[in-house]
Amino acid sequence: MNNLEKYRKVFRSIFDVEDDVLNENFRFNNVEKWDSVAHMSLISALEDEFEVLFDTEDILSYGSFENGMKILTKYGVKFEE
Amino acid sequence: MPGMLEDKVCLITGAGRGIGAAVATRFAEEGARVYANDNRPGTVDEWAAKAAFPGKVYPLYFDITDSSQSKEALMRIKKESGRLDVLVNNAGVEFNELIGMISEQNMRKMFEVNVFSMINLLQFAARIIARNSEGGSIINISSIVGQRGNRGQLVYSATKGAVISLTKSAAKELADKKIRVNSIAPGMTRTAMMLQADQSRLQERIANISMGRLAEPEDIANACLFLASDLSKYISGEILGVNGCAIM
Repeated sequence: MNNLEKYRKVFRSIFDVEDDVLNENFRFNNVEKWDSVAHMSLISALEDEFEVLFDTEDILSYGSFENGMKILTKYGVKFEE
Repeated sequence: MPGMLEDKVCLITGAGRGIGAAVATRFAEEGARVYANDNRPGTVDEWAAKAAFPGKVYPLYFDITDSSQSKEALMRIKKESGRLDVLVNNAGVEFNELIGMISEQNMRKMFEVNVFSMINLLQFAARIIARNSEGGSIINISSIVGQRGNRGQLVYSATKGAVISLTKSAAKELADKKIRVNSIAPGMTRTAMMLQADQSRLQERIANISMGRLAEPEDIANACLFLASDLSKYISGEILGVNGCAIM
Protein backbone atom coordinates (compact mmCIF):
# COMPACT_ATOMS: atom_id res chain seq x y z
CA MET A 1 0.00 0.00 0.00
CA ASN A 2 1.46 3.37 -0.98
CA ASN A 3 1.23 6.51 1.18
CA LEU A 4 -1.76 7.92 -0.69
CA GLU A 5 -3.68 4.71 -0.16
CA LYS A 6 -2.71 4.69 3.51
CA TYR A 7 -3.82 8.33 3.81
CA ARG A 8 -7.19 7.62 2.22
CA LYS A 9 -7.65 4.58 4.41
CA VAL A 10 -7.22 6.68 7.56
CA PHE A 11 -9.87 9.16 6.38
CA ARG A 12 -12.29 6.38 5.40
CA SER A 13 -11.89 4.80 8.79
CA ILE A 14 -12.28 7.98 10.87
CA PHE A 15 -15.18 9.52 8.91
CA ASP A 16 -16.79 6.32 7.68
CA VAL A 17 -16.96 7.55 4.06
CA GLU A 18 -16.34 6.11 0.61
CA ASP A 19 -13.21 6.86 -1.37
CA ASP A 20 -14.97 9.01 -3.99
CA VAL A 21 -15.75 11.85 -1.55
CA LEU A 22 -12.13 12.24 -0.52
CA ASN A 23 -11.12 15.21 -2.65
CA GLU A 24 -10.42 18.96 -2.40
CA ASN A 25 -13.94 19.55 -1.09
CA PHE A 26 -13.51 17.30 1.92
CA ARG A 27 -13.06 20.01 4.58
CA PHE A 28 -13.84 20.26 8.27
CA ASN A 29 -16.49 22.94 7.65
CA ASN A 30 -18.54 20.89 5.21
CA VAL A 31 -18.17 17.43 6.72
CA GLU A 32 -20.71 16.93 9.48
CA LYS A 33 -18.71 14.25 11.27
CA TRP A 34 -15.56 16.41 11.40
CA ASP A 35 -15.94 17.71 14.95
CA SER A 36 -13.18 18.24 17.54
CA VAL A 37 -13.26 14.62 18.68
CA ALA A 38 -12.98 13.34 15.10
CA HIS A 39 -10.22 15.87 14.47
CA MET A 40 -8.05 14.55 17.31
CA SER A 41 -8.80 10.96 16.31
CA LEU A 42 -7.71 11.81 12.78
CA ILE A 43 -4.49 13.41 14.01
CA SER A 44 -3.68 10.41 16.23
CA ALA A 45 -4.39 7.94 13.44
CA LEU A 46 -2.25 9.86 10.96
CA GLU A 47 0.59 10.15 13.49
CA ASP A 48 0.48 6.41 14.05
CA GLU A 49 0.22 5.56 10.36
CA PHE A 50 3.06 7.81 9.22
CA GLU A 51 5.14 7.79 12.43
CA VAL A 52 5.17 11.55 12.88
CA LEU A 53 4.29 13.90 15.73
CA PHE A 54 2.55 17.04 14.47
CA ASP A 55 3.39 20.51 15.73
CA THR A 56 0.47 22.26 17.39
CA GLU A 57 0.22 24.79 14.54
CA ASP A 58 -0.18 21.96 12.06
CA ILE A 59 -2.91 20.31 14.13
CA LEU A 60 -4.80 23.60 14.21
CA SER A 61 -4.48 24.17 10.48
CA TYR A 62 -5.19 20.58 9.46
CA GLY A 63 -8.58 21.52 8.08
CA SER A 64 -8.97 19.53 4.89
CA PHE A 65 -8.10 16.32 3.13
CA GLU A 66 -5.97 18.20 0.62
CA ASN A 67 -4.20 20.57 3.03
CA GLY A 68 -3.39 17.60 5.23
CA MET A 69 -1.33 16.09 2.46
CA LYS A 70 0.67 19.31 2.17
CA ILE A 71 1.29 19.27 5.92
CA LEU A 72 2.38 15.64 5.90
CA THR A 73 4.77 16.40 3.03
CA LYS A 74 6.59 18.78 5.42
CA TYR A 75 7.22 15.79 7.66
CA GLY A 76 8.85 13.86 4.83
CA VAL A 77 5.83 11.83 3.72
CA LYS A 78 5.77 11.48 -0.07
CA PHE A 79 2.47 10.97 -1.92
CA GLU A 80 2.60 9.16 -5.19
CA GLU A 81 -0.38 8.26 -7.37
CA MET B 1 7.49 -10.47 42.45
CA PRO B 2 6.88 -7.95 39.65
CA GLY B 3 7.94 -4.38 40.29
CA MET B 4 5.49 -1.54 40.78
CA LEU B 5 6.33 -0.16 37.33
CA GLU B 6 6.92 -3.44 35.50
CA ASP B 7 7.23 -2.73 31.75
CA LYS B 8 5.99 0.86 32.12
CA VAL B 9 7.69 3.21 29.69
CA CYS B 10 8.85 6.34 31.47
CA LEU B 11 10.59 9.56 30.45
CA ILE B 12 12.41 11.53 33.14
CA THR B 13 13.97 14.88 32.33
CA GLY B 14 17.04 16.27 34.05
CA ALA B 15 18.17 12.78 35.01
CA GLY B 16 21.93 13.32 34.77
CA ARG B 17 22.24 13.80 38.54
CA GLY B 18 20.41 14.67 41.73
CA ILE B 19 16.67 14.16 41.99
CA GLY B 20 16.25 13.13 38.34
CA ALA B 21 18.90 10.41 38.61
CA ALA B 22 17.32 9.15 41.85
CA VAL B 23 13.88 8.98 40.21
CA ALA B 24 15.24 7.15 37.17
CA THR B 25 17.08 4.68 39.41
CA ARG B 26 14.01 4.05 41.58
CA PHE B 27 11.80 3.50 38.55
CA ALA B 28 14.30 1.08 36.97
CA GLU B 29 14.47 -0.79 40.29
CA GLU B 30 10.72 -1.31 39.94
CA GLY B 31 11.03 -2.78 36.46
CA ALA B 32 10.36 0.28 34.29
CA ARG B 33 11.86 1.02 30.89
CA VAL B 34 13.34 4.40 31.73
CA TYR B 35 14.34 7.00 29.17
CA ALA B 36 16.62 9.23 31.19
CA ASN B 37 17.07 12.65 29.65
CA ASP B 38 19.71 15.28 30.25
CA ASN B 39 21.16 18.03 28.09
CA ARG B 40 24.73 17.17 29.10
CA PRO B 41 25.90 14.17 27.08
CA GLY B 42 27.43 11.37 29.15
CA THR B 43 25.89 12.35 32.49
CA VAL B 44 23.28 9.57 32.53
CA ASP B 45 25.78 6.96 31.32
CA GLU B 46 28.01 7.85 34.28
CA TRP B 47 25.54 6.52 36.86
CA ALA B 48 23.54 4.09 34.72
CA ALA B 49 26.63 2.06 33.77
CA LYS B 50 27.46 1.39 37.45
CA ALA B 51 24.08 -0.03 38.40
CA ALA B 52 22.05 -3.15 37.65
CA PHE B 53 18.26 -2.96 37.66
CA PRO B 54 15.37 -5.25 36.80
CA GLY B 55 14.29 -2.51 34.37
CA LYS B 56 16.36 -0.75 31.71
CA VAL B 57 17.78 2.74 31.50
CA TYR B 58 18.16 4.39 28.10
CA PRO B 59 20.12 7.65 28.14
CA LEU B 60 18.37 10.22 25.96
CA TYR B 61 20.29 13.44 25.54
CA PHE B 62 18.35 16.44 24.26
CA ASP B 63 17.70 20.04 25.14
CA ILE B 64 14.13 20.36 26.44
CA THR B 65 14.07 24.04 25.44
CA ASP B 66 14.33 22.99 21.80
CA SER B 67 10.86 21.92 20.71
CA SER B 68 12.04 19.94 17.70
CA GLN B 69 14.53 17.97 19.85
CA SER B 70 11.77 17.21 22.38
CA LYS B 71 9.48 16.03 19.62
CA GLU B 72 12.16 13.82 18.09
CA ALA B 73 12.89 12.27 21.49
CA LEU B 74 9.23 11.41 22.03
CA MET B 75 8.99 9.96 18.54
CA ARG B 76 12.01 7.80 19.30
CA ILE B 77 10.38 6.50 22.48
CA LYS B 78 7.16 5.73 20.61
CA LYS B 79 9.01 3.94 17.80
CA GLU B 80 11.24 1.92 20.13
CA SER B 81 8.80 1.12 22.92
CA GLY B 82 5.45 1.63 21.20
CA ARG B 83 4.03 3.69 24.05
CA LEU B 84 4.67 6.10 26.89
CA ASP B 85 3.15 5.64 30.35
CA VAL B 86 4.85 8.15 32.61
CA LEU B 87 6.49 11.55 32.17
CA VAL B 88 8.43 13.11 35.04
CA ASN B 89 9.11 16.76 34.28
CA ASN B 90 12.07 17.26 36.58
CA ALA B 91 14.59 19.39 34.66
CA GLY B 92 14.91 22.88 36.01
CA VAL B 93 17.28 25.78 36.58
CA GLU B 94 17.59 28.05 39.58
CA PHE B 95 19.18 31.47 40.00
CA ASN B 96 18.65 33.17 43.33
CA GLU B 97 18.59 36.95 43.11
CA LEU B 98 17.23 39.66 45.40
CA ILE B 99 14.71 42.21 44.17
CA GLY B 100 16.57 45.01 42.42
CA MET B 101 19.24 42.60 41.21
CA ILE B 102 17.11 40.26 39.14
CA SER B 103 18.76 39.63 35.80
CA GLU B 104 16.38 39.62 32.85
CA GLN B 105 18.46 36.96 31.14
CA ASN B 106 18.23 34.63 34.14
CA MET B 107 14.55 35.38 34.54
CA ARG B 108 13.86 34.40 30.92
CA LYS B 109 16.02 31.30 31.22
CA MET B 110 14.17 30.09 34.32
CA PHE B 111 10.76 30.53 32.70
CA GLU B 112 11.99 28.91 29.49
CA VAL B 113 13.31 25.78 31.22
CA ASN B 114 11.03 25.49 34.25
CA VAL B 115 7.71 26.43 32.65
CA PHE B 116 7.59 26.75 28.85
CA SER B 117 9.56 23.57 28.15
CA MET B 118 7.51 21.69 30.71
CA ILE B 119 4.27 22.73 28.98
CA ASN B 120 5.72 21.75 25.62
CA LEU B 121 6.77 18.28 26.79
CA LEU B 122 3.49 17.79 28.60
CA GLN B 123 1.61 18.54 25.38
CA PHE B 124 3.61 16.10 23.26
CA ALA B 125 3.64 13.39 25.92
CA ALA B 126 -0.08 13.67 26.66
CA ARG B 127 -0.88 12.96 23.01
CA ILE B 128 1.11 9.73 23.15
CA ILE B 129 -0.09 8.66 26.61
CA ALA B 130 -3.70 9.33 25.56
CA ARG B 131 -3.48 6.35 23.20
CA ASN B 132 -3.13 3.95 26.13
CA SER B 133 -6.54 2.59 27.10
CA GLU B 134 -5.40 2.64 30.73
CA GLY B 135 -3.97 6.19 30.50
CA GLY B 136 -0.84 7.17 32.40
CA SER B 137 0.76 9.63 34.75
CA ILE B 138 2.51 12.99 34.42
CA ILE B 139 4.49 14.26 37.40
CA ASN B 140 5.76 17.82 37.48
CA ILE B 141 8.45 18.71 39.98
CA SER B 142 7.67 22.05 41.62
CA SER B 143 9.07 23.27 44.93
CA ILE B 144 8.08 24.29 48.43
CA VAL B 145 8.97 27.86 47.40
CA GLY B 146 6.30 27.70 44.69
CA GLN B 147 3.78 27.17 47.48
CA ARG B 148 5.17 29.51 50.11
CA GLY B 149 7.58 31.94 48.42
CA ASN B 150 11.05 32.75 49.70
CA ARG B 151 13.40 35.69 50.06
CA GLY B 152 15.83 35.91 47.14
CA GLN B 153 13.76 33.55 45.03
CA LEU B 154 11.13 35.78 43.49
CA VAL B 155 11.53 34.48 39.95
CA TYR B 156 12.31 30.87 40.84
CA SER B 157 9.29 30.72 43.14
CA ALA B 158 7.15 32.29 40.40
CA THR B 159 8.18 29.56 37.95
CA LYS B 160 7.42 26.85 40.51
CA GLY B 161 4.09 28.50 41.33
CA ALA B 162 3.35 28.31 37.62
CA VAL B 163 4.20 24.60 37.67
CA ILE B 164 1.63 24.09 40.43
CA SER B 165 -1.06 25.99 38.53
CA LEU B 166 -0.41 24.29 35.20
CA THR B 167 -0.50 20.90 36.95
CA LYS B 168 -4.00 21.59 38.28
CA SER B 169 -5.28 22.78 34.90
CA ALA B 170 -3.70 19.91 32.97
CA ALA B 171 -5.21 17.42 35.42
CA LYS B 172 -8.69 18.74 34.72
CA GLU B 173 -8.17 18.71 30.97
CA LEU B 174 -6.59 15.25 30.74
CA ALA B 175 -8.74 13.38 33.26
CA ASP B 176 -11.12 12.04 30.62
CA LYS B 177 -8.15 10.42 28.87
CA LYS B 178 -7.20 8.75 32.18
CA ILE B 179 -4.02 10.79 32.34
CA ARG B 180 -3.28 11.82 35.90
CA VAL B 181 -1.25 14.98 36.43
CA ASN B 182 0.27 15.69 39.81
CA SER B 183 3.13 17.68 41.22
CA ILE B 184 5.72 17.00 43.88
CA ALA B 185 6.93 20.00 45.81
CA PRO B 186 10.27 19.10 47.40
CA GLY B 187 11.67 21.01 50.33
CA MET B 188 15.42 21.52 50.63
CA THR B 189 17.04 18.47 49.15
CA ARG B 190 20.57 17.13 49.59
CA THR B 191 22.05 17.57 46.14
CA ALA B 192 25.56 18.46 45.04
CA MET B 193 24.44 22.05 44.57
CA MET B 194 23.04 22.25 48.09
CA LEU B 195 26.19 20.87 49.67
CA GLN B 196 28.25 23.62 48.05
CA ALA B 197 26.18 26.24 49.89
CA ASP B 198 27.36 28.18 52.94
CA GLN B 199 27.35 25.51 55.72
CA SER B 200 26.37 27.79 58.62
CA ARG B 201 23.44 29.13 56.62
CA LEU B 202 22.55 25.56 55.69
CA GLN B 203 22.41 24.51 59.37
CA GLU B 204 20.16 27.48 60.07
CA ARG B 205 17.80 26.31 57.34
CA ILE B 206 17.83 22.70 58.54
CA ALA B 207 16.72 23.99 61.95
CA ASN B 208 13.51 25.07 60.20
CA ILE B 209 12.72 21.51 59.13
CA SER B 210 10.67 19.69 61.78
CA MET B 211 12.21 16.34 60.88
CA GLY B 212 15.67 17.84 61.38
CA ARG B 213 17.27 16.90 58.09
CA LEU B 214 17.37 17.73 54.39
CA ALA B 215 15.34 15.60 52.00
CA GLU B 216 17.38 12.95 50.24
CA PRO B 217 16.85 12.62 46.46
CA GLU B 218 15.47 9.13 47.24
CA ASP B 219 12.68 10.70 49.34
CA ILE B 220 11.54 12.60 46.25
CA ALA B 221 11.99 9.49 44.08
CA ASN B 222 9.75 7.42 46.37
CA ALA B 223 7.00 10.02 46.13
CA CYS B 224 7.37 9.99 42.34
CA LEU B 225 7.10 6.19 42.38
CA PHE B 226 3.80 6.42 44.24
CA LEU B 227 2.39 8.95 41.75
CA ALA B 228 3.67 6.97 38.76
CA SER B 229 2.25 3.67 39.99
CA ASP B 230 -1.29 2.32 40.06
CA LEU B 231 -1.37 2.96 43.81
CA SER B 232 -2.32 6.54 42.96
CA LYS B 233 -4.75 5.75 40.15
CA TYR B 234 -7.54 7.91 41.64
CA ILE B 235 -5.31 10.89 42.45
CA SER B 236 -4.91 13.80 40.05
CA GLY B 237 -4.38 17.54 40.27
CA GLU B 238 -2.64 17.25 43.63
CA ILE B 239 0.52 18.86 44.96
CA LEU B 240 2.42 16.52 47.25
CA GLY B 241 4.87 18.26 49.58
CA VAL B 242 7.99 16.23 50.38
CA ASN B 243 9.64 18.53 52.86
CA GLY B 244 10.06 16.89 56.27
CA CYS B 245 7.36 19.18 57.64
CA ALA B 246 9.32 22.34 56.95
CA ILE B 247 8.39 25.42 58.96
CA MET B 248 9.96 27.93 56.55
